[in-house]
Amino acid sequence: MVIDQQKMQSLSDRLVQDEVKGRSPWADARKRFWRNKAAMFGLTILVLVALFALVGGRFAVWSNEELDFSVMGQVAQMGQPSLENGHYFGTDNLGRDLYARVVQGTQISLMVGIVGAAIAVIVGALYGATAGYVGGRTDQLMMRTVDILMSIPYMFVLILLLVMFGRSMSMLFLGIGLISWLDMSRIVRGQTLSLKNREFIEAARATGVSSFRIILRHIVPNLLGVVAVYATLLVPLMILTESFISFLGLGVQEPLTSWGALISEGAGTMNYGTLWQLAFPLFFFVITLFGFFFVGDGLRDALDPKER
Amino acid sequence: MFAFILRRLAVAIPTLLLLIVFSFVLMHLAPGGPFTGERALPPAVLANLERQYGLNDPLWLQIWNYLYNIVVHFDFGPSFVYPDRTVNQLIAAGFPVTLTYGALSFLAAVIFGVSLGVVAAIWHNSWVDYLAVGISIGAQVLPNFVMAPLLVLVFTLWYRLLPGGGWSFNDPSFWIMPVIALATSYMASIARITRSSMLEVLGSNHIRTARAKGMPEHRVIIRHALKPAMLPVISYLGPVFVSMITGSVVIDIYFSTGGIGKAFVDSALNRDYAVMMGVTILIGTLTILFNLLVDVLYAWIDPKIRY
Amino acid sequence: MTKLFATTALIAALAMPAYAVQPAEGETLAENQTYTYWLLDAIKSLDPAKNTDVEGSDALRSLFEGLMIEDAQGNMIPGVAESYEVSDDQLTYIFKLRDANWSNGQPVTADDFVFAWQRVVTPATASEYAWYIELMNVQNATAIIAGEMEPDQLGVRAVDEKTLEVTLTKPTPYFISTLSHTTAYPVPRAVVEEHGDAWIQPANLVGNGAYTLASHNLGVEIVFQKNPEYWDADNVVMETVRGVTVNDNNVALTRYQAGELDRVQIPAGQYPRLSEQFPDQAVSVPYGCSYAYVFNLSEKGPEVLKDQRVREAMSLSLNRDVIVDQVLQGGQRPAYSWTHWAINGFAAPEGGMAEMSQEQRTERARELLAEAGYGPDNPVRVQLQYNTDDSHRLLAIAAQQFWRPLGIEIELNNVEWAVHTDRLQNQDFQVARYAWCADYNEASTFLDWFRTDGYNSGKWSNEEYDRLLAEAATAEDTTPLYQRAEEILAEEVPAVFVYHYAKVDMINPAIKGLPRENLRNTWYAKDIYRTAE
Repeated sequence: MVIDQQKMQSLSDRLVQDEVKGRSPWADARKRFWRNKAAMFGLTILVLVALFALVGGRFAVWSNEELDFSVMGQVAQMGQPSLENGHYFGTDNLGRDLYARVVQGTQISLMVGIVGAAIAVIVGALYGATAGYVGGRTDQLMMRTVDILMSIPYMFVLILLLVMFGRSMSMLFLGIGLISWLDMSRIVRGQTLSLKNREFIEAARATGVSSFRIILRHIVPNLLGVVAVYATLLVPLMILTESFISFLGLGVQEPLTSWGALISEGAGTMNYGTLWQLAFPLFFFVITLFGFFFVGDGLRDALDPKER
Repeated sequence: MFAFILRRLAVAIPTLLLLIVFSFVLMHLAPGGPFTGERALPPAVLANLERQYGLNDPLWLQIWNYLYNIVVHFDFGPSFVYPDRTVNQLIAAGFPVTLTYGALSFLAAVIFGVSLGVVAAIWHNSWVDYLAVGISIGAQVLPNFVMAPLLVLVFTLWYRLLPGGGWSFNDPSFWIMPVIALATSYMASIARITRSSMLEVLGSNHIRTARAKGMPEHRVIIRHALKPAMLPVISYLGPVFVSMITGSVVIDIYFSTGGIGKAFVDSALNRDYAVMMGVTILIGTLTILFNLLVDVLYAWIDPKIRY
Repeated sequence: MTKLFATTALIAALAMPAYAVQPAEGETLAENQTYTYWLLDAIKSLDPAKNTDVEGSDALRSLFEGLMIEDAQGNMIPGVAESYEVSDDQLTYIFKLRDANWSNGQPVTADDFVFAWQRVVTPATASEYAWYIELMNVQNATAIIAGEMEPDQLGVRAVDEKTLEVTLTKPTPYFISTLSHTTAYPVPRAVVEEHGDAWIQPANLVGNGAYTLASHNLGVEIVFQKNPEYWDADNVVMETVRGVTVNDNNVALTRYQAGELDRVQIPAGQYPRLSEQFPDQAVSVPYGCSYAYVFNLSEKGPEVLKDQRVREAMSLSLNRDVIVDQVLQGGQRPAYSWTHWAINGFAAPEGGMAEMSQEQRTERARELLAEAGYGPDNPVRVQLQYNTDDSHRLLAIAAQQFWRPLGIEIELNNVEWAVHTDRLQNQDFQVARYAWCADYNEASTFLDWFRTDGYNSGKWSNEEYDRLLAEAATAEDTTPLYQRAEEILAEEVPAVFVYHYAKVDMINPAIKGLPRENLRNTWYAKDIYRTAE
């Protein structure tokens, strides 16, 4: 599960070309995006899942950590999904309400995905833009460093970091985010290189605007297209990474949970007559990943239309 | 081209060094050691162990000795947790297993993924296409830690067709479930990438020209479309390889194959310093070599690229 | 992973007949004498000097045999030793060895024991269990481990080829029971000297047990074959024993049900369902371990836990019945004492918490907390640390919920094993999950833990308690002493005792001879046989 770099490159080339022609790609892109059925479908799913995460908790009868003693110990018989006792999604093995836990897991997983992607995109964009804009030796050095970092097996480093510093949300965000800024930085650098000799940048430089401001004010906004697409496609990757970390038992602390933790618990007991413990979290996990893929692909196709 | 390969290999050495020093320091700073257990060891016993394994030397000396033994004797040290074996032996036992099911999964993912993608592109917007897209999206997001126990349930308990785990180089029935569990999601990604790049190529001018000349469709596809359509797939292969190694942790846990994926996670959790370092170096080296291979392959297929 | 060592039981006779389980009347043996058991993880070491865990010990009991072995109840019976004599001052033991051979046909000699024990204490061997020889009180062990004496000064000597003399530093009532542990096994001097560290490789390994190593694929499978050179080979029925590693307990159960394994542990909470479905396969027997939440009472511990009323309230309000009956559900028992209920000769003190109802306990806990100035409006805040494991996690979550209504807010802190033990040993915790397993079948194996100089991670200390245990070491009737000690633990609450373990397994009904009365679940493959359906 990795982002198709070829397509990202093509998108970035295209966005730079548009700049030459002197018209914004955004108006056309918006139109194309709204017409893309898959993307709209994906967007609808994402909005619904986000709503579920934000207000789903209000409809919960139980909290995400209360034990239902009437169910505890006979979960297979009493813990199935039921409207009567308020366990809409059934209960987990301890008799905790799965609905409340899925709502809360959704919050964590989305948060990890979005914050992780945001860190990756911000670091990658700033790094790439700086390298591209400054150029020369600095660029050489910075891009060599990226080459070197690219050949490090990151999942292993992440496991080491979690072992070393103990599990915590911030470590998770940071670790997951730091895994994937490298590709981003390369694309952004390429785009910056072609942008930096444009008239408007030259003009800014001539009037004595500092390099830092030029990067922030003029280069970065022109990168938004690529960044937006990249970020949308990164979120599901971050969510997948988090689920793997949770599977290894290095995820968030109880009583908090995440999709990965819920799915891995549910998968363990799939043969014990409590299939709902796997089905509900897996359903939300799968549709959300679909949603992000559809929207990401749709955004990219909208910004980089190809004759089909 | 040759110079490019040489240059890349030259960069690989400092990269590995960096990786070694970084992991070594991180590992030794982590709380606990290989000998902490439910019962605290008496100080004299602990001192003997640490002396024997060189753990009471200053960290820089430990790193130096470690590197020296690797370079001079190709000795990756003893395992702290498996005292009967050296790291060389552990890797020699586990790596061929990981490599076998990894390579098979890789092949399966590429062959089935590319076929599925090409078929979907040729019959674009037909039921074949929809089916292929449906399968690939579904398979792409199903975590393999759900897939693996499900496979054991279905093929071992319900249908009694395959052994539920273990490993043998002589009996392919042990390979099937690990390969399915590991390959599926990559197959799906490859299918999606192939499909969209194939569609793009099929719509391009040179294919139209070939068709206009009256060339039969299958020749158009095989001779003219397939090769350029493979470029994005190839650039995807490097990352696939790396994440397959990561995914092998799950395979090792559920199918008890004895591979190095689980060895790494265990060694990190048990503070089995030498094993962890050995596996990290192995995987780092493989990652570097594989990325290089992919770049060379890429240059070979796409003559526009010059190094 | 729990580390264990030998059990104690008092030995009465000097020479007893060899023990082997035989098929009962009416049972027919199966053609195929193969037993396949489940291993959670790879076997760490097959070297008797370096083994540290239960799964390694299970394998070593097939490959080697010590001076003594255990019968189905855990009593000591002669192994390689045919008989022994004790001097009047209880300091010298003389063992007479039987005619037994190594698997390469060479005789097992007294010198092999001397060599093996010296090897364990030699600093260069780097044995984690070197302290075991100290525990046996063999003369000079401590000094040799510390590097102050040569290994050949160890108090063990080969009088002649078949006579072994052991000298102890002080009378040690449990000495004989330490001899069935893997650390005290003999190793073949000739083989070890020939191959060095490589003697333990499958191609070189030579043992004196009922089985030899046929193959060992680390983390996948270990296979043992019957050893024709074993002295009691005529009474060994099982031909092949396989240990199969399955790293996931749920998958292991699936594979048991598919007929791939003959024995597997039942995952937490599944015993009721399985015992209903398969009454002849689901087995729960008492297992000599106790589970507790230990309070850190050292200087580094939180102030609030130094208030005895708070600790007692936490103990009272932890609903053990729910934990045992609705979470674990495997025949475990609620713990109100540290000593496991099934320990030989132990009787829990009368009265106290065990005889109250949970409502009464909770009521009392509220009063205590109120006295101490806490309650839902002003909660006690502590952190509970546990290591990564499904059942520890479930228990910790349940505990959190039991304590919350009373105004005890627990923050759960899940860390991995190495960090957990490191923090326990350095008193870097507030409340921590802990379990202790019996080394031998007598109450002091548990009670010693809380002595001021015991393992005692929470650094609780009580003079009377220490004195009682010192007295018990030589006392005729230990029961009142141990009861008083348990009473002190119940009064001062250095830990919340949660439950006493049970071993909960699925066992193929065709497999006979697995011990069900051995509190430490020590089993020997030579005693097992498979009956025909």
